[in-house]
Amino acid sequence: MAEQSFNLMLLLPEILLLVGICVLLISDAGNARRRFGGTLRALLVLALALLALIPQSSTTTETAFGGMVIVDSLSRLLKLLAVIAVGATLVLSSRYCDDREVARGEFQSLALLSLLGQFVMISANHLLVVYLGLELMSLSLYALAALRRDSGQSSEAAIKYFVLGALASGFLLYGMSMIYGGAGTLAIDEIAGRLVSGEVDNWVFALGLVFIVAGLAFKFGAVPFHMWIPDVYQGTPTAMTLLIAGAPKLAAFAIAFRLLAEGMLGAWADWQPMLLVLAVASLVVGNVVAIAQQNLKRMLAYSTISQVGFVLLGMLSGVVDGDAAGAADAWGSSLFYIVTYVFTTVGTFGVIMLLSRAGFEAETLDDLRGLNQRSPWIALVMLLLMFSLAGIPPMVGFYAKFIIIGSVVSAGMTWLAVFAVMLSLVAAFYYLRVVKLMYFDAPADSSPVAPPTSAALVLAVNGAMVLLLGLLPGPLIGACLDAVRQALGS
Amino acid sequence: MNAIPVLSAAIWVPIAFGAFLLAFGNDRNAATVRVIALVGAILGFLVTIPLFTGFERGTAEMQFVEQLPWIELLGASYLLGVDGLSVWFVLLTAFITIIVVVAGWEVIESRVHQYMAAFLILSGLMIGVFSALDGLLFYVFFEATLIPMYIIIGVWGGPNRVYAAFKFFLYTLLGSLLTLVSLVYLYLMSGSFSIIEWHMLPLSMKEQTLIFVAFLVAFAVKVPMWPVHTWLPDAHVEAPTGGSVVLAAIMLKLGAYGFLRFSLPIAPDASQELAGFMITLSLIAVVYIGLVALVQTDMKKLVAYSSIAHMGFVTLGFFIFNQMGVQGAIVQMISHGFVSGAMFLCIGVLYDRLHSRNIADYGGVANTMPKFAALFMLFAMANAGLPATSGFVGEFFVILGAVQFNFWVAALAATTLIFGAAYSLWMYKRVIFGEVANDHVAGLGDLSRREFGMLVVMAVMVLIMGLYPKPVTDMTDASVDALLRHVAASKVR
Repeated sequence: MAEQSFNLMLLLPEILLLVGICVLLISDAGNARRRFGGTLRALLVLALALLALIPQSSTTTETAFGGMVIVDSLSRLLKLLAVIAVGATLVLSSRYCDDREVARGEFQSLALLSLLGQFVMISANHLLVVYLGLELMSLSLYALAALRRDSGQSSEAAIKYFVLGALASGFLLYGMSMIYGGAGTLAIDEIAGRLVSGEVDNWVFALGLVFIVAGLAFKFGAVPFHMWIPDVYQGTPTAMTLLIAGAPKLAAFAIAFRLLAEGMLGAWADWQPMLLVLAVASLVVGNVVAIAQQNLKRMLAYSTISQVGFVLLGMLSGVVDGDAAGAADAWGSSLFYIVTYVFTTVGTFGVIMLLSRAGFEAETLDDLRGLNQRSPWIALVMLLLMFSLAGIPPMVGFYAKFIIIGSVVSAGMTWLAVFAVMLSLVAAFYYLRVVKLMYFDAPADSSPVAPPTSAALVLAVNGAMVLLLGLLPGPLIGACLDAVRQALGS
Repeated sequence: MNAIPVLSAAIWVPIAFGAFLLAFGNDRNAATVRVIALVGAILGFLVTIPLFTGFERGTAEMQFVEQLPWIELLGASYLLGVDGLSVWFVLLTAFITIIVVVAGWEVIESRVHQYMAAFLILSGLMIGVFSALDGLLFYVFFEATLIPMYIIIGVWGGPNRVYAAFKFFLYTLLGSLLTLVSLVYLYLMSGSFSIIEWHMLPLSMKEQTLIFVAFLVAFAVKVPMWPVHTWLPDAHVEAPTGGSVVLAAIMLKLGAYGFLRFSLPIAPDASQELAGFMITLSLIAVVYIGLVALVQTDMKKLVAYSSIAHMGFVTLGFFIFNQMGVQGAIVQMISHGFVSGAMFLCIGVLYDRLHSRNIADYGGVANTMPKFAALFMLFAMANAGLPATSGFVGEFFVILGAVQFNFWVAALAATTLIFGAAYSLWMYKRVIFGEVANDHVAGLGDLSRREFGMLVVMAVMVLIMGLYPKPVTDMTDASVDALLRHVAASKVR
């Protein structure tokens, strides 16, 4: 461990991002109404961060700040994807926000701040840094959720999000304090070392682990810690929903990975059963409740919960009878799942935003009626996204489910795999219903949909990727597996 | 190895045309769309011709093999090839696609480009199913066929189309999801997705049984076998004519083909063990569903039930494990592709004119549509298994095979000749003969040149296969023989 060096250069993406945010804020000072530069300014900042990320090595692991921050292949991959997800969100939401008179400067700088928080989480190698990043991200997101303060619904959702999110953070912090008590250190790699050498107080440590897992489950939205998800998804304006539902899931994966796989793989016997319960409950509740929803965003919220169940299945299938040889592949498959999930979600909520107009939110399922006649292209993209979420080949979502199933079966839990696929049959129903509304029904509202060119382009690329990655999923699966393997040092 | 990737061309030519139509078609250029779709379908058929002319008879080896790396990480490759078991289905699919495009020519008026694109893409995907030799690739094609069919039934279907489309999709998905788990299991056991390697993989009896059951659920739903057949009458009745034709002529064969490619060779011991069970299910389909068909009042439903009964014959042929049975089953599948396809086309012809499928709404059609009545007669006879039509050959082979196996099985199976004749000809009589039933029938016009052309082509195929089935059996012989020898040899670990 290079204790002596700060290695500031490793943090160049974060630094550029922060400087960019400051410039954005300053340039807006005193003229909040001015729409100078539009979305382009924020994209420029993102491009800078991207440029700084690309040269980072994808084969070596380096640390900065005396080992508190880690930069490895996993962090590089996740940050790249997070930048793309946030960038796509900004483009898709630009007109939506203008129509609703959301102050653009505030929206963009808060979105970028939450991205900065995600960067910190992704690179955290120390429990305190994990918490720091988490709070930076969460506070920005709370503020984003409350940005439309004249809307009662939105404020209600923001309050719910804040209270429950704070509770989750509290859980996590409490768990961390117990881990500190049990292991005597906050550095993640040292925790792993002490677990191996048996220098931990098992009882305190296990209790801390319970809180950590509960906190993570809150952030992911796994049952029974899921109640905030439907309310927040439904209540916040769609652009903000997307910022909450998209990239933060990547960061949540990162901290779950750093904490459970890197730090506490030795305590697998404690966390594996917990994840199992969470996964099974999420699959059941998410899929079954989604069927009853009439509100599109609420339905997608429950679908998220069920997708989280799949992610957890991947995570827990890495250790078989104490043998952690499969851990890298299992977490790799979870990573692939979450990446495909995030990008499908960006597209789905993107479609919802494009269908909304000033003073009209396309929220209920009925708003999708006859979309194929109003705008065949958007309907086609949505069709691809829905079948991807349902896990029907040749969409990329199929491979995501496929490698999770593979991982679960190879862990010897064939019945769990059968259970999971049977629930994806249930899931197919409500995704099919969306396709049915778009294609089989006559439109209730015949006004054509005219999305701005930039947003249409992003959406088209998104849809094409869902299909192309479905035809040739090899490279992305490979990148995910390699990143996790290298991060786990195996 | 072949210089020209025939199978890839057969898969991707129609898909490319379909994608092109999807991208550039709209309701204003419908006339051009139709022409392009026809060109795509014909081109898609022409590229499959080398499969017939260049097929080496007398060997069970895979031919026209193509292999490209696909997902190396998972050991899956883009591996295509055909043998005697599959080659005919590739040809059949490409052929039927032309008919379907022609059948939808004037009938479909709204969103023509999407309709044509869905069928062309579906055609490519189904050829993919028949020619994939990689388990994952097979599954991708197998599942992907659901999407265009779901759209076809739901958008251009009848009044109850939404229910039928959902039932079709979810029923079939239920079966294939279990298959997915067993594919994953086979991959983990063998380290590869190659179906040929899976054939050689030794498995314990318990593993074989579970794998067999998982495959059975998928393929039985698709065939469909009694008692998981209930989606088919709904789907057939609600689907537009083209959809019914593709469903009956090809999609049902995907399931039956699955038995030949997966269940029998991968789990031969379990297949032997459970043959009695399978034969029982098949006989129930033949006898019971035959009786159900008899009482239908809706023509499409009647043909749908008769399809189930005929497919019962196919599965019966598979599980009596002799040359005659399997050979006959394959002939029956191809013949059924033509006959049931033609039956649905005929019903479509009537439906386009009167917008009714009720037998009771017709009567005396022979007086107003003589050409139609003659052709319809031929197909109804073929459906009943009259000698000299293709329907006879397959059924006769299977019955011969069944006699070798067990006399009583054969006797029960042979009742199909009675029931088949009863429901086909009785329906024919009520629709075609008698006095002109009402003013609507009196006003019927005979076949247009387009309709006449497509029905005559089908009729020629039915007769050729009935009079001279040797080209078919020549190509399937060696593969059936090899399959049976493989199934007879135990591979219990």
